[in-house]
Amino acid sequence: MILTRQHAEEIFAQLLKYSTADETEAIITSTAYALTRFANNIIHQNVAEEGGSLSVRVVVDRRMARASTNKFDEASIRHTCEAALALARHQPPDPELLPMPGPQTFRGVRRFHQETAQLTPQARAETVRRVITRARKDGLTAAGVFSSGCFAMGLFNSRGLGAFHEETVSEFSVTMLGESSSGWAKKTSPNCRELQPEVLADRAARKARGSREPREIAPGKYTVILEPAAVLDLLGYLFSDFGGLAIHEKRSCLTGRVGQQVFGANINVRDDVYHPRQSGAPFDGEGMPRQRVALIEQGVVKGVVYARQTAHKTGAEPTGHGLPLPNEIGEAPLNIVMEGGKTSVQEMVRSTERGLLVTRLWYIREVDPYQKILTGMTRDGTFRIEDGKLQHGVKNLRFNQSMIEMLGQVEMMSPPERAAGEETFDMVVPAMQVRDFSFSSLTKF
Amino acid sequence: MDIRQRYLSTKNGQPAQVREAESLGLGVRVVAEGAWGFAATDDLSRAGVDRTAAQAVSIARASALCRKRAVSLAPETRVVDRWVAPCRLDPFSVPVSTCLDLLLKVDAELRRVEGVTLAEAVLDFRHSEQLFVSSLGSEIYQVKTQTGAGFVATSFLGNEIQRRSYPNSFGGQFQTKGYELVAELDLVGQAPRIAEQTVALHRAAQCPSGVKDIILGSAQLGLQIHESIGHPIELDRVLGSEANYAGMSFLTLEKLGQLQYGSSIVNVVADATPAHGPGLGTFAYDDEGVPAQATPVIQDGLFVGYLTSRETAVAIGQPRSSGAMRAEAWNRIPLIRMTNVSLRPGQGTLEELIASTDDGVYMETNRSWSIDDRRYNFQFGTEIGWEIKGGKITRLLKNPTYAGITTEFWNSCDAICGPEAWTLWGTPNCGKGQPPQTMGTGHGAAPARFRQVQVGVAYKD
Repeated sequence: MILTRQHAEEIFAQLLKYSTADETEAIITSTAYALTRFANNIIHQNVAEEGGSLSVRVVVDRRMARASTNKFDEASIRHTCEAALALARHQPPDPELLPMPGPQTFRGVRRFHQETAQLTPQARAETVRRVITRARKDGLTAAGVFSSGCFAMGLFNSRGLGAFHEETVSEFSVTMLGESSSGWAKKTSPNCRELQPEVLADRAARKARGSREPREIAPGKYTVILEPAAVLDLLGYLFSDFGGLAIHEKRSCLTGRVGQQVFGANINVRDDVYHPRQSGAPFDGEGMPRQRVALIEQGVVKGVVYARQTAHKTGAEPTGHGLPLPNEIGEAPLNIVMEGGKTSVQEMVRSTERGLLVTRLWYIREVDPYQKILTGMTRDGTFRIEDGKLQHGVKNLRFNQSMIEMLGQVEMMSPPERAAGEETFDMVVPAMQVRDFSFSSLTKF
Repeated sequence: MDIRQRYLSTKNGQPAQVREAESLGLGVRVVAEGAWGFAATDDLSRAGVDRTAAQAVSIARASALCRKRAVSLAPETRVVDRWVAPCRLDPFSVPVSTCLDLLLKVDAELRRVEGVTLAEAVLDFRHSEQLFVSSLGSEIYQVKTQTGAGFVATSFLGNEIQRRSYPNSFGGQFQTKGYELVAELDLVGQAPRIAEQTVALHRAAQCPSGVKDIILGSAQLGLQIHESIGHPIELDRVLGSEANYAGMSFLTLEKLGQLQYGSSIVNVVADATPAHGPGLGTFAYDDEGVPAQATPVIQDGLFVGYLTSRETAVAIGQPRSSGAMRAEAWNRIPLIRMTNVSLRPGQGTLEELIASTDDGVYMETNRSWSIDDRRYNFQFGTEIGWEIKGGKITRLLKNPTYAGITTEFWNSCDAICGPEAWTLWGTPNCGKGQPPQTMGTGHGAAPARFRQVQVGVAYKD
């Protein structure tokens, strides 16, 4: 049974009975989630879970601590409150700790779809069966996931702040494997009707067929067309640096670069939880309303996001991007929307004399935190382009590429779309054509 | 399963995170109509348990819509047992104020060194109590306590961020033991040295690009083992179960007993038994009720063993699971996971190894790690390195990276230090599966040398 706002408020009222703290906050969550996983053309893992959590933050004499439980009975609520109080009392005070925020006003976002919340394992299995049938038709082997679920979250504090959000989630991703190649496609949405699993299966199968018997190419600098999933998995490693605390503590690549022209003039990015293709709650980990924030305008680092505590420390205004306290990170933009262009991926291919089309990237890691050099591999569909046409699949390559340089070398962009990868959170991003993308080695498949 | 965790950290002179969490719940895994189903709940009432069991069966019946043949499991015997991992000092019994005092002392030592712009220290405790019961009649009760501790100094200067971690990156060292680990690490005593190294890196030479002999410190070698041996030997990856996410493996079945994985001095074991030490992969029984085992993986360089489950053992005709099925928590199914995948020690000291190296780089403490989805092509970066010329350390190097192909790399190993230099490292953050699971794994290693490896490639224009 998913949590209702009324039930969450009742739990918080119980908590307040036991709390002797100066201030008390509760984050109460509830989840029902299921995932059907397939590989080798069978369903091999099929799971469901339900559960909830009560996470209590207390402040005593400017000392803060958090304790959590997954039990909502009265004894557990009391025990968790006492645990938080005990943790708080045994530490030195933080003279900079702010009082908790008072009541806030939130703009509603509707991201709960009953059909998605009620999707059955039988319905997921029927869809998977159709996708497997599609794979067999092409002599391919299918692997992937079809998941669905819902969660609810209430955030309340003793200063009268109350916030509640409920949302559904769904995901379909598929890898089609041939003898010497593979293709991949994925989509996520709060509404399972938008997933279109068979369309994704077709796309993955086309990529697997088209990249059969991949050839080796020499590492070096290439013009690449990065499909949206590849773009977002790279950008995920950049936007954690757009936090006010990261810059204040000089652990961000934007240290000394805010207000400067860091990227190409065609790069515009904002954080916008209210975008129709985005997901998530309209409030942050302290219950502050999320604001739209322009991060990059015409290549200039225009703004960064601030939690209340960071804003106070740095003389800025909070933007509603704080993570639940206490934490080391401060804040992060989690609803990236990047403006795109008008060029389709097909048009980008036609305009490319010599280059590569990249479906997806894998195992991306940061090599250098200030130059923002990332390394990683291509995966599941990398194609050679010559004279404006896809020629053949190529063996996967390792890249070492500075994100700062890359976003100064973007030649074309597609209209943005909600994209999902495996390395970072979902974003609304375009496909890109990038010149001089740097590959250092290749692998054996 | 009942899990309790406590996480305490400090940053630049103040407590950063002071929190704990408890989670109690039940997971039910079934085979019905020859297919798998799993359901988990935190509702432990009679009705809640009945409903969850029925849900697992319903899910298994849905799985049966897409199956080729009925699930078949390698036989196991019924076990009724109880095991409590050794823990001399319960970390949850140590006052929070004592823990924070220690972290703040480390913090002060780090920030005493001019140029350190960020000091972070952490203590991380986990206690799990688990009852496994199966329709085979097994009843296995296991209790484990894990402790983690470490710190990081960061320095920003000019256009460079440098970082040093102790005793390892990813939060430090983690083992299945109590608070006694913290005393063994001497965090306060090591802080000045690490802080000074952090700042010195700004003045150091850039690690050159080219082909060199490299010596890896034991913590970095632990991660090298994890990524380029531990993951490839997971039989579920080999058989395609992870094809859509974590990927597959180059270790296809015909390579078992045939592939020269490494040079003749490379001997690797996957050992979950308590005799191997207090690793994060140490237990008495896995989450299918299979006793912990020591599985030879590489013997004299030859590939001889996979990590298996009851189901995958049958798939390759082996009589028994190697006992490597592990679940992160009550709401996750067990998957084939690394236990303690360790490189057997050789002989000699690190000093002797350096003295016998003519032109090389010694690299320590991981900074970046990446490997392809079949585990061939890897690239690692470390926090710090030292140039070796004529058997001597000649200068400090910053931003070291090295890259290679797994089997070529392990076949280039020509020296491994002895038991006195061997450490059983804990990797607390190994991700796998959908929904994602994070698992702790153990990796014993002593410093080792690899001949003619590509270095500096990540910074090469």
